[in-house]
Amino acid sequence: MTENQDTGTAQTYLLEMRNITKTFPGVRALDDVTFRVRPGTVHALMGENGAGKSTLMKCLFGLYSPDAGEIYLDGQRVHLNSPKQALDHGISMIHQELHPVPHRSVMENIWLGRFPQVKIGPLSFVDHKKMFEDTQRLMEELQMDIHPAIRAGELSVSKIQSMEIAKAVSYNSKIIIMDEPTSSLTEREVEHLFRIIRELRQRGVSIIYISHKIEEILQIADEVSIMRDGKYVGCWPASELTNDLIISRMVGRELTHRFPEKTNQPGEVLMRVEGLTSPLPNSFRDVSFDLRRGEILGIGGLVGAQRTELVEAIFGLRAVERGTIFINGQPVSIHSPIDAKRHKVALLTEERRVTGIIPVLSVFDNTVVANLRHYSTSLGFVDAQRCRQDVADSIDKLRIKTPSMRTLIANLSGGNQQKVLLARWLLTEPDILILDEPTRGIDVGAKYEIYTLMLELAARGKAVLMISSEMPELLGVSDRIMVMCSGRVTGILPREEADQEKVMRLATQFL
Amino acid sequence: MDAKKVRKFVMQYAIYIVLVLLIVVIAAQNPEFLSINNLRNILIMSSTRIIIALGVGGILITQGTDLSAGRMVGLAAVLSASLMQTLEYSRRFYPDLPLVSIFVPIVLCILVGAIIGFFNGVVVSKLNVPPFIATLGMMVIVYGINSIYFSLPPNNSQPIGGLREDFTALGTGYIGPSGPYSIPYIVIIALAVTVLVWVLFNKTTIGKYLYAIGGNPQAAKVSGINVVGVLIFVYTFAGAMYGLAGLLEAARTGGATNNYGNMYELDAIAACVVGGVSTSGGIGTVPGMVAGVLIFSVINYGLTFIGVNPYWQQIVKGLIIVFAVAFDIAKYYVKK
Repeated sequence: MTENQDTGTAQTYLLEMRNITKTFPGVRALDDVTFRVRPGTVHALMGENGAGKSTLMKCLFGLYSPDAGEIYLDGQRVHLNSPKQALDHGISMIHQELHPVPHRSVMENIWLGRFPQVKIGPLSFVDHKKMFEDTQRLMEELQMDIHPAIRAGELSVSKIQSMEIAKAVSYNSKIIIMDEPTSSLTEREVEHLFRIIRELRQRGVSIIYISHKIEEILQIADEVSIMRDGKYVGCWPASELTNDLIISRMVGRELTHRFPEKTNQPGEVLMRVEGLTSPLPNSFRDVSFDLRRGEILGIGGLVGAQRTELVEAIFGLRAVERGTIFINGQPVSIHSPIDAKRHKVALLTEERRVTGIIPVLSVFDNTVVANLRHYSTSLGFVDAQRCRQDVADSIDKLRIKTPSMRTLIANLSGGNQQKVLLARWLLTEPDILILDEPTRGIDVGAKYEIYTLMLELAARGKAVLMISSEMPELLGVSDRIMVMCSGRVTGILPREEADQEKVMRLATQFL
Repeated sequence: MDAKKVRKFVMQYAIYIVLVLLIVVIAAQNPEFLSINNLRNILIMSSTRIIIALGVGGILITQGTDLSAGRMVGLAAVLSASLMQTLEYSRRFYPDLPLVSIFVPIVLCILVGAIIGFFNGVVVSKLNVPPFIATLGMMVIVYGINSIYFSLPPNNSQPIGGLREDFTALGTGYIGPSGPYSIPYIVIIALAVTVLVWVLFNKTTIGKYLYAIGGNPQAAKVSGINVVGVLIFVYTFAGAMYGLAGLLEAARTGGATNNYGNMYELDAIAACVVGGVSTSGGIGTVPGMVAGVLIFSVINYGLTFIGVNPYWQQIVKGLIIVFAVAFDIAKYYVKK
């Protein structure tokens, strides 16, 4: 499949990103990364969730400005401070989530912001005729079957992606970044995309191709760069790589992270999930597992494994087509968070800002909000005294750092916000605590405290179900690890048997 | 440090400071403005508006709005007036109606308002129609219903007058010696409603839910709050408030037509917004809403009192609305 590449003498690179470093509060997202792309190649960029691929590409596309490092195009130093500048330098990006203007035509989408003009006297108008013809020519060149005047909203995902690629070509892009381009395509559409990619390569365009799908990459890529934990691992010709080699290089880190000692002891089965299946076609299906008292069950997998969708369904936020949830051996029906709470299930959601904190309210109100029913007198008044007592206890026990309980939660650090949300759920005295990426975006110290809390809760007999995309966390805290891929459970590993490569192999089983 | 404290104080109590400043400026032009009689008139003028604003205010806190408020006031005014005419009056709405208890229209108006509000709540929370549209539709529907009722023979769309004195006393009566030191019933009613709503918003579970839903509806849902139920409640409660306000309007003015209450919702929303209620939800206090209403009443009454062209009042009101919100938004940007 791969065309012969002249790898000997033509050592000039089209793109060189040298020593790029980018830090966010609490994380070093990119650590001295040097990344080079040859002209006219398909260059795959791989790594686990959070390895830094997207951050690197956002630096290239001018969405982030790196703290340190230089970018060279054709040997010339460039400064890319906005997507506009990146586009002007011939860099385009096809995002994973496509956002066309649905009610406007394909040609208007492509030429948006740079419509061809026609002058009539002192006035200038949009030259629709030229725009139509230019678009038609572009589509013919790329062998795309899309009518320029059709509304973008009527196109399939695959066609919209083609349209975006055509737009990139219309900018005379030399580099096109594709972020998970096949994530929502059918097999036939993937074939079509690959045809277009090969056509672009022929014309000397370089494609930076981000994907988790190893098989696909071995098929289309010329070279593969691998990143891990914000660092650049290396670059290899695709022809020298195998599935196993890629996995071991993606996860091949030393496990040096420290975790609190495990004190919990799994007991009898508390919750059993049998054959849980979503009504949506590409979501979770036939998911079965047991969760024991005093156990921390980790759920691993890559983006798109449908882990969040699964736990949201268990919590009653999403519909279920079939399957049963048993708690204490009894089948239960949970259709809303209200039902879930009644069955003593709690969910700490992944998106803290979107579904967690209520930013305009205080730490106090945020802590008690899920448990007000229990502070309510028969007439519907809130027992403020009891609330204050419980909030004070929570702040104390979870070591929440806040000036006072009347402080707005928005003014707290991410780690402390997360602790408030954990406190919110602990006040409801759940038996089953579901944590979706509980340590995302919080600093190392707070992470350790959250692990300690989880272990304490498990030691007290609570069952904890934890989604985590951080491999060390998954291996360091869980008693068992359930791995999902494309909505299905691909394996459940006991702690003793689990290692990074096994988890990654299961996580990519169907990709 | 002290400058910072002063700034914080000004930020926090800006509307009350504006209210005091307005009174000071007007009093500087004509010191007689500060007479007990004038202040009493301002309170009487504000009473029904406060009740309406407190109804809309709860809805605004949930990120909603209610355009049907004014027309519901109109419907309640016509309903209550039609039942409260004297036996001697020549053009009675119901010629053969015997004297009914004053509690009949009170219960009826509150109930009708609550039922209409309930429908608003269901359409917004169950059918997911944006509140602006849902209540816009209801505004038109209620006006239609009211106009049909109003045009029934023998009334045939004549203004309803000849109201009983025991009824109009609700709007014009007072306790204490007659004169400037008497306390009007309508002000007492508004005060009682204010206290009731303050308790509801601040001391009850449902009040806490109101702020939580307004602050982040998704988080509220995930926290196991019955969002639909709370929204239906708040629209229903607001409807009951409009019903009461409409009845008081009829009692205060001694009559009613189907155009009563027209555009009151905009005044109420403006008062809430000026009083610090955030249209993006989750923020707003009862004293703020009341202060918002009083600011507009002081402008109306005060500027007329010192002889400013009434059209200038409109310009001043508009400017205050826009700058109050700009100021509020600036406050939050500073925080970020």
